[in-house]
Amino acid sequence: MSSLFLLVPLSLVLVVIAGWAFFWAVDNGQFDDLDSPGWEVLRDEPTPPEPSAPDDV
Amino acid sequence: MNARAVTDACFHCGEPLLGSLLTARIAGRDEPVCCQGCLAVAELIGDAGLSDYYRFRTAAGVRPDSPTGPDRWSVYGDPQIAAPFIRSSGDEDSATLAIDGLRCAACAWLIERVLQGRPGVVEATANAATGRLLVTWRRAELDLSQVLRTIAQLGYLPHPLSAQGTADLQQAERRDALRRLAVAGLGMMQVMMFAVGEYAAQFTGEVIQPDIHSLFRLVSLLIATPVIGYAAAPVFAGAVRSLRLGAINMDVPVGIALGLAYVASVWNALVAHGEVYFDSITMFVFFLTLARFVQMSVRHRTTDLADALARQVPAHAHRVGANGLEAVPPGALCVGDVVWVRTGEIFPADGEILDGEAQIDEALLTGESLPVRRRVGDPVRAGTQNVGDPVKARVTAVAGATVLSHMVQLLQRAQTRKPAIARAADAAAARFLTFVLLGAGVTCGAWLAIDPARAFEATLAVLVVACPCAFAIAMPAALSAATARLASQGVLVTNPDAIEALARIDRAVFDKTGTLTRGAVSVGRCVPLADLSPEHCLEIAAALELPSEHPLARAFAAVPVTEPACEVRVVAGAGVEGLVGGRRYRIGTPEFVADLRGEAVAPDTPAGLTGTVVALGDEQRALALIELHDVMRDDAPAAVAALRAAGVESQILSGDSHEAVAAVAAQSGIRTHYARRTAWQKVAHVERLQRAGHRVAMIGDGINDAPALGTANVSIAMGGGSALAHASADMALVGEHLESLAGAVAIARRTLRIGRQNLIWAVTYNFGCLPLAALGFIPPWLAALGMSASSIGVILNTMRLLPDRKVRNGTDRLRPATQPPALASPSALRGAA
Repeated sequence: MSSLFLLVPLSLVLVVIAGWAFFWAVDNGQFDDLDSPGWEVLRDEPTPPEPSAPDDV
Repeated sequence: MNARAVTDACFHCGEPLLGSLLTARIAGRDEPVCCQGCLAVAELIGDAGLSDYYRFRTAAGVRPDSPTGPDRWSVYGDPQIAAPFIRSSGDEDSATLAIDGLRCAACAWLIERVLQGRPGVVEATANAATGRLLVTWRRAELDLSQVLRTIAQLGYLPHPLSAQGTADLQQAERRDALRRLAVAGLGMMQVMMFAVGEYAAQFTGEVIQPDIHSLFRLVSLLIATPVIGYAAAPVFAGAVRSLRLGAINMDVPVGIALGLAYVASVWNALVAHGEVYFDSITMFVFFLTLARFVQMSVRHRTTDLADALARQVPAHAHRVGANGLEAVPPGALCVGDVVWVRTGEIFPADGEILDGEAQIDEALLTGESLPVRRRVGDPVRAGTQNVGDPVKARVTAVAGATVLSHMVQLLQRAQTRKPAIARAADAAAARFLTFVLLGAGVTCGAWLAIDPARAFEATLAVLVVACPCAFAIAMPAALSAATARLASQGVLVTNPDAIEALARIDRAVFDKTGTLTRGAVSVGRCVPLADLSPEHCLEIAAALELPSEHPLARAFAAVPVTEPACEVRVVAGAGVEGLVGGRRYRIGTPEFVADLRGEAVAPDTPAGLTGTVVALGDEQRALALIELHDVMRDDAPAAVAALRAAGVESQILSGDSHEAVAAVAAQSGIRTHYARRTAWQKVAHVERLQRAGHRVAMIGDGINDAPALGTANVSIAMGGGSALAHASADMALVGEHLESLAGAVAIARRTLRIGRQNLIWAVTYNFGCLPLAALGFIPPWLAALGMSASSIGVILNTMRLLPDRKVRNGTDRLRPATQPPALASPSALRGAA
């Protein structure tokens, strides 16, 4: 069980790092708009306008 | 040829087509659009390869101004005018813009895409949640006016925001809350990790080594300290603030319990003796912070007042000085200055007309759906729009003295007077909390007398068990769930208190223009007076009106024109004259048209025509009378009937003329209606209803409705309404479907029922456990467990309110949901023949 004396403080360090990362993300505006970035995947290179497609009826 | 899509709504803006035959080619299909403006925007989007916008948008586009409209953006090319809106760094400029019509993520995507495609733009970030755009460009290649024009070409209305005001308070508050939430969440997870180990050992009867045990305690102490000191800081601040004011709010017992538990735990952890409560503390703080974060997010959706005002007053005015025209900010105007207001511009201050004759759109101030004529000496108001010829006006009142700012003051007063329900709820909670504190005090005293060793545990148990946590979330949880449910039905709740008020209403007061009607003028019936068919008359009328910028002319934008008119002459306040097919025609007031054929007196208007009637004639005869009116929303009668079935009687309260109001009332089935009411009379009317014991819901969209919205028990703004109306409203109908109103009332009533069940459960729990805790039967850990269990019970009951999480069929969101109104459909036009 004595490994806990090493592992628990280690987990504390990890928590501090996680907290710091979250603070950094908040200050960078990562959480300011949670709606628009979901559309980011659609942001491909603009395709040239299609040549007139065959008629679909 | 492509099959015409089976829809009668404009592909771009969702407005009814009104017989328009225009089509735009989007992604290889011909899509119907309602006017030249929408055609231009749709083709711009299609040609730029951005037609995906139409696949992913969740709200219809904005109907743009006519593409031939006057350019109001060039003034921002002047560095002096643009300076207050620009932040410069190096060779780059950036500005924050509030975008009217930025309603969904697809809009944000479209605006960003188009701007980023423009040479010179460095960065463009649109935020759909706040409706704002941050854009940065290279000064050498672009200026602000070009950026604004690019956005306006897409049909959105950009408003530059002052660079000093961009220290966004809401954003700062949100970031702050997120940080606290993260600290509380991480802290809770860590402490729980140790606590679960300890509890598991207790459960299985194993013994944790003393040194490991004290390690767990010390580490828990280390983690709980920032949770208490940072994440829970607002609780303590709130408790101190409320005690200073001599009141007791929820923060007081929570703060006392947290403080006591923390201090005792720290002491016990350091002396390595007795119980520690770090797990209860961190869990409590986390749930508390989470609840507050959710509440804050809802509140932030409300448009702030400053933003709304910024949109109403123009950014610049043209002052007539000694050296001709000079552009100045409205703040620099003084009483007595002479301003020059061009077509399409907004009056920067109150004033009186000096020369010329103006057509003024006062819809935002008075609710009048049609422009009014103002002659020399007549007053004009800041915030109204000049839709006729350019005029000169002498300034009579500026800034805080204008009617517009008076309206805002009225609104602010109404808002501060409002939260009576909230105060009552606070008072009840405060009484309960006082009781809890007294109970804790008595418990402490009694145990000190009987068995001092158990005094602390028993007191803490009372504070935790009786902490009205379930009680406190009973209503808010139900209201939050109802907010989500209502949002899924197109009703955006900005003030959670309003749901309670909505459940109790028995009168619904509607504004007319823009609420019961669409707020856009359209062609009604066409009564031919000679041998020409109505279709032919309309075509001539549309040809004549095509070059005109008059708002009434927009009604004809949907009528296809085969042969444009020439020699067109616009006579302000009268009508239009021009040659179509070699013949001279006039359209406009009956007198103006009769004048062309040399008659002084116009023929009488046949009975049965409502709204505004314009005449069409040539040099010999009167040809037709054309009725123009605001199209009623087609779901209005159904909405009124559904409300009546729910026991809510509807009324109309409008600034418009008696005839127009009566016509809409008859069509929608509303029995009580009032016309020509000013903003102040509307407030008085609502107050009269309230004195008579009615609880009133006000549904409106204009600035003139804002004070009445603030006065009513619950106020609902139309999604497309003015920003000021949004700021003063409790709810907004995002989809503008009036039919969802009755559904919203039903949901609100159900919410109250569930909220009441929650309250009964919470009170039963609190009062049942309080004596047990006071008698020392409940150790603090069981108290914390019971508190959590009672809260979970409340939440589970509340979940019944949440909307079904069914996957929505994507296709039905692509089509605008608008249907053609019966009156203005092409068949109705023909039917009148």
